[in-house]
Parts: sequence; C-alpha cells; structure tokens
Amino acid sequence: MITLTINGLEATVDEGTTVLEAARFLGLPIPTLCHMEGLSPYGACRLCVVEIGEGPKAKIVSSCTYPAQDGLRVRTSSARVVRARKMVLELLLASCPQSKTIQDLASFHNVRQQRFRQEHDDCILCGLCVRMCEEQMMAKAIGFRGRGQTRSIGTPFDVRSEACRLCGGCMYVCPACQLRCTYTEPDKAVCGGCANLSPPCVDIESFDDMMCYMSPCVACETAAH
Amino acid sequence: MDRGEVLSILERHDGNRSGLIPILEDIQARYNHLPAEALTVLAEETDRSLTDIYGVATFYKSFSLKPRGKHLCSVCTGTACHVRGAPIITEEFERRLETNAGDTTPDKEFTLETVNCLGACALGPIVVVDGHYFSDVNSAGVKRIIKKTRAGLDKVQVKADRRIFPVSVNCSRCNHSLMDPEHPVDEAPSIRVTASFGRKHGWMRLSSLYGSHNLECEYEIPADTVVHVFCPHCHAELKGASDCPDCGAPMISMIVRGGGIVQVCTRRGCKGHMLDLNGGGF
Repeated sequence: MITLTINGLEATVDEGTTVLEAARFLGLPIPTLCHMEGLSPYGACRLCVVEIGEGPKAKIVSSCTYPAQDGLRVRTSSARVVRARKMVLELLLASCPQSKTIQDLASFHNVRQQRFRQEHDDCILCGLCVRMCEEQMMAKAIGFRGRGQTRSIGTPFDVRSEACRLCGGCMYVCPACQLRCTYTEPDKAVCGGCANLSPPCVDIESFDDMMCYMSPCVACETAAH
Repeated sequence: MDRGEVLSILERHDGNRSGLIPILEDIQARYNHLPAEALTVLAEETDRSLTDIYGVATFYKSFSLKPRGKHLCSVCTGTACHVRGAPIITEEFERRLETNAGDTTPDKEFTLETVNCLGACALGPIVVVDGHYFSDVNSAGVKRIIKKTRAGLDKVQVKADRRIFPVSVNCSRCNHSLMDPEHPVDEAPSIRVTASFGRKHGWMRLSSLYGSHNLECEYEIPADTVVHVFCPHCHAELKGASDCPDCGAPMISMIVRGGGIVQVCTRRGCKGHMLDLNGGGF
C-alpha cells in the first residue's frame, strides 16, 4: 500500500494506482478528456495536470499517467495548475471550437475567450478512438498516421478497413467529432448505421438490432424533412 | 507486385520478425517504395495489424508509399543551407526537372525532395543524389548534377581515383592469361571469362581495375544472382577457396601475374573482393 498526500488529504491506495485515480478516490475533481475507464491511460490532452513536489522542485505532470508514490505531495488546483489547465483549454478550443465537450469544459473552467488562430479541426488527436478500437473492440481498424502537422487518425490508405465492424465505438467516445455522420461517404464509413438501410432509416422501429450511436439520427431527420 | 518476393524478403528476416523497420527498408529497397499490397502481405504474414504498419510507414520520412523515381535527389533546406541559398537551388531543380519538391518526374527518373538537415552544414548548400553528396551547390551546378546523374553516378572515375589500379590475371588451373586487350572495359584490358547462371551461358568481361565493379556480359545478369564462372581455355570453374565476407556467396579466384591471387564475389551487385599479393594460399 502507498500513502500519498493530495491537497493536504492523506490517501492510501494500492500499488500501481495513478495519481488521477487516487484523487478521484478522495472525491477531488480533475478534468479529463482523453481518459476513460477501461482504456489504457495515454496522457494526450494534458487537462489532468497536477503539481507534485515542493518549492523549486515542484513540477507539473499529467496525473492520468503518473503512478502514485509513497510520500508524494500532490496539489490538484494550485494557481500554477489552474493556469496551465486554462492554457490547455484555450489551445483545445482553438483547434476544435465546435466541440460541445470542449466548450463545456472551457466554460466550467472560466475560459471565456481564446487568443489563438481558430482551426476548426475535427480531431484533437487524443487517441480515445484508437484505444477504444484496439482495447475494447479488439479490431485495430484505425490508428495514428503520419507525424507532426500531418498526423491524423484513420484507417490505412483511407479505405474501409476489413477489421472494422462498423460498431461506431470510435465516434461514441470522441470528444470532438461526435456529430459527424458518415452516411454521405459510405466507402469511408466507420458506422454502418443508417447507410445499411434503404431507404435510410425509414421504419427504424422494424430494425430491432440496429445500432446507431446517434439517436436521433441526423440522416433520418434530413430525410424526413 | 509479387507476393512471393515479399515472402522471400520476410524469410530473410525470419529470425527477427519483430523488427518491422528493417523489413520495410528491404521492401522499399526492392520496389523503391512501399506498395499497398506488400504491406497487406506483411500484415498477414507477421500477425501485425495493417494499422500499425501503416502508422510506422507514414511516420518515417524515408519511407514512401508513392512510387519514386530511379534517382532520389534530396536538397537540404536546413537553416545553414537555407541562408546559403537552398531555396534558389530547390527552385532551379523544380524548373529543370519540371516537377515540384516531393514529387517524381513523369518519366520516373527523378524524385525531388527537400530534407531539413543532413548534418554537414559547413558544406552547404548540400544536395544528395543516390547517396552521392554534392557540396557548395549553386544554381549553375544544378544542371551539372542532373547531367552527371543521368550519365550514371556509380561509374567509377578511373583516372581520378588513386585507389584503383589494374591487375593482370591468369586462370588458376591452366595458367592461361585471361586478359582481353581487344575489348577494353574501363579503358583497360578486360578479363574475359565464361559465365553461366540459370540456363544462360555466355561470355563475360570484367574490369581488370581492382576496385572497379564494371562488367559486360552477353546476357543481362539479374541482381543478386550467383554466377558460375569458367575459364574460357580449360573450361574449369574458377572456384575460390573462401566465401564472400560480405554476402556469403562463393568467390572465384584468379592468379595475379607477379604473384598472389585475387578473389571476387560471384553474386551480382555484391562488391566483395580480396587481393592477396603475398601468398598463393589456397
């Protein structure tokens, strides 16, 4: 067992527990974006930063990947942490301003404006969908491609992967592209959804086993009107 | 793309199937790029997911998924080269080759690319063509580089290179001279032997310059082929005593006039050779 101090509170946790889990065990809120129970920690979004150590040796680390150590002193909402977190949120907001999840997080943390160039990307490369596909769906249909500015997530060669079962899990977990319906591009689709039906989504009640991560569906609504 | 060829590349890496990058390097060396089918075969055979392989292949700049030209021309645009005029050189290459940086000429001769630093900043601006470095390039030099590349960079500069010298050789069996002054290779008398590989059997003329690998043959010898070499006089095979230290193929041996033996690797494309002037040690 490991004993660490978080915001002055002592917590005793099992070995292998991360600082994030320990803090949540104590009921301390740490915002996360790329963290999900059941998926391996990745440390991509940097929203979960906390401050560890004392004095000049204090440093900022991502709590979702930092293992709890005996005697570790953690501060989850010091001025430095709040500042870092706000900066991260500003940057995320600049790359994906249309994401409801990021907007909500920004508003919750009192980020009212951002100073950077608006990008309108539909991906923050948090890797949630990649890990979902690999670790929960056992498919490994999508992955990271390229590097640096051209890094992106998708299937190899941008064609529909044979490993993909159109479960839609990647879109379910995505914090940025939740409302992207791939019905219009069936050859690149990662969600079978309504594209399997013809005409799409009519008589949806008659398809008991139909799985669509998006309910109500954008495509059906468009078709109805 | 031939599935068998990819399998044979994989076979060579059988001991170490975990090393993905060496396998990709070999596939790229064979096809000059990474064909999609080859990656699919690789994924099936090594139980890796195609997603991972594609991720690695797109991560590294030295891997290309698009077919590339015969000659790879890299212009350094690192800081030092940039201030010494690399952008002008890139433009000049683009103009002369009529292609953009990152693309291949329509005749599939040149692929032009820019690299960020080659680590030889003092020699800048630097251009590398097929592993040959050109330093202090100016826009006038671009034309010369392209011309030289078209003529063949691997042609050995016989007169300029002092490490290269001629040898005269005899058959190790019948001691007849193998020299053929009437058909020079590299402007020096050639070594005439008989070569056979597969079902082909014909004459072959090797350069007599030690260090040059130029040769002429009645039939085109595919790369990596191990050739059997015979004396044209006694028809005995010119078998060497040892295997090539580079690739392991058998070597042929010939007697050097004035004492000693020279051994040459029989694999086409392998540059293994040994010269032993002291012993005649077989």
